[in-house]
Amino acid sequence: MTTLSPTRKKAAGPKFLVRKRKSRLDATRNSTVAGLIAWTAALIFAIPVLWMLLTSFHSEVDAATNPPSLFADLTLESYQDFFSGASGLSPWPPLINSATASITSTVLVLVLAIPAAYALSIRPIRKWTDVMFFFLSTKMLPVVAAILPLFLFARNFGVLDNIWFLVLLYTSMNLPIAVWMMRSFLAEVPVEMLEAAQIDGAGLLLTLRKVVAPVAMPGIAATALICFIFSWNELLLARVLTGVVAGTAPVFLTSFVSSQGLFLAKVCTAAVVISLPVLLAGFAAQDKLVQGLSLGAVK
Amino acid sequence: MPTATATKPRSASRSAGPPQDSRGRRGQRKDRWSRRGPLLPALIFLIVVTQLPFLATLIISFMNWNSLRPDETSFAGLDNYVSVLSDADLRQSILTTIILTATVVLVSLVLGLVLALLLDKKFIGRGVVRTLLIAPFLVVPVAAALIWKHALLNPSYGLINGTLTWVWSLFGSDNPPQPEILSQAPLLAVEASLIWQWTPFMMLILLAGLQSRPMDVIEAAQIDGASGWQIFRHLTLPHLRQYIELGGLLGTIYIVQNFDAVFTLTAGGLGTANLPYSIYQTFYFANEYGLASATGVIAVIGTIIVAIFALRTVFTLFQKEESR
Repeated sequence: MTTLSPTRKKAAGPKFLVRKRKSRLDATRNSTVAGLIAWTAALIFAIPVLWMLLTSFHSEVDAATNPPSLFADLTLESYQDFFSGASGLSPWPPLINSATASITSTVLVLVLAIPAAYALSIRPIRKWTDVMFFFLSTKMLPVVAAILPLFLFARNFGVLDNIWFLVLLYTSMNLPIAVWMMRSFLAEVPVEMLEAAQIDGAGLLLTLRKVVAPVAMPGIAATALICFIFSWNELLLARVLTGVVAGTAPVFLTSFVSSQGLFLAKVCTAAVVISLPVLLAGFAAQDKLVQGLSLGAVK
Repeated sequence: MPTATATKPRSASRSAGPPQDSRGRRGQRKDRWSRRGPLLPALIFLIVVTQLPFLATLIISFMNWNSLRPDETSFAGLDNYVSVLSDADLRQSILTTIILTATVVLVSLVLGLVLALLLDKKFIGRGVVRTLLIAPFLVVPVAAALIWKHALLNPSYGLINGTLTWVWSLFGSDNPPQPEILSQAPLLAVEASLIWQWTPFMMLILLAGLQSRPMDVIEAAQIDGASGWQIFRHLTLPHLRQYIELGGLLGTIYIVQNFDAVFTLTAGGLGTANLPYSIYQTFYFANEYGLASATGVIAVIGTIIVAIFALRTVFTLFQKEESR
């Protein structure tokens, strides 16, 4: 009826052949209809993204027309303006800030999360489920419920508009997700392999390097990707805690729009450039993305 | 030894080793710390960075504190909470948060389910369709909100009104409807943009659920002559249940906290301010620290109520893992 699965072949006995052929016919017919509906839905969902992309390559005049000018000439004008900071707002400092905050906090998260996940999966401590729930509960705490003390702390200790303070907060924001993800990845290491390593007399480090790391590496990469995306996307903390010096790309985007007024092509260009790292990374790792976002619960 | 509720087969076989039996009490203690040790940095870091600020919020919520009048800072008791609950605007923002979250989660779950069912079938270009469908989820949230506000919903040159102009002109009309959606139906605009962003997420989770169905059972049901609807109703849906719950609850956690869309699309105007935006406004612009903190605490209480359900769902997932 739906997808073809290997089990279907196993279940096939001679007496079911007739019925099977009919169900396969049904499947083909349904699939054409389903395909058409799915294609329509996909195009509708993609239109805003495609429109953003197209508009970013239009001149301002062509971008702001009613009805829309689909076939206007394409130009790199607004990209040139964007990167040269023609309006007095260079995108480079915020892009560098975002990269710094996202990459550094991701590294910090991994440094903290991998040992923690090890303690929660390979050699589980007592009451490891309780610890897991504690990690999850911190993720459920709305950021706004902690933001005022963070702001006051930053102001009183001179770390307002300091990217490293943001790095610490992004680390705490992503750590719970990373622990959950890493635990589910490390739990996939077969017990037999660990026991075999132990019997062979391999020490902890050797076991980690030779047994755990190869199995967990894709998981570590996926975790890193998710942490990077969340840090890159974050707006509220960055907006409250940074400003001129340490402003990140999302903060830049909001101030860019208010200072540029409604230059639609420029707005779209900025949105494309700032979304590009996430879009590319996300397309490249679609499955891992779901698994990460669902805290490793869905495989 | 781990508690009875923890992974029985796995932890038993993993932790039972010669060291614990042969060593004395000191060895056991050492072993215990070598187990806990790796966990501590993450745990301590998280407690310091997330729990201490929340504790401070809790304390500030019982204070009269407006940063513009620093001399009048004092203990306020429950005054801030009374103010929050009797302030029409803040009550409205609680209501808005509930409506916004419920609508976005429910609609994107239903749409996500339909799309997942479609994508579970084989058709030409399925990979491309999947990639196109995921795109909305991968646009940086604040960029997505800006695109909705300026490129789609702008009344004079947004794509939606532009398309209306074009369609009407096909029929020779110069008077196309030009709704100003952002001012006429602001909450709907915020909801639509969030549904657009979150449907792909729901679809991906439910698709993972669909593809983990035991196909042999479905084969058997087909052979027994069950209809497509019967299979969906009695086999697929029950199997998907925990995936639906998981998607709904994770969506809730994220959408309750949404700031980007409200901030960008409407700046909280016209009854679209949700709790995160109201709190931001109360402390950032009005400088009412006590009031903002009390609102924050109320947001946490609301989240805890959701979290209780969330934890139950996650717990069943754990139990499933154990029984594997």
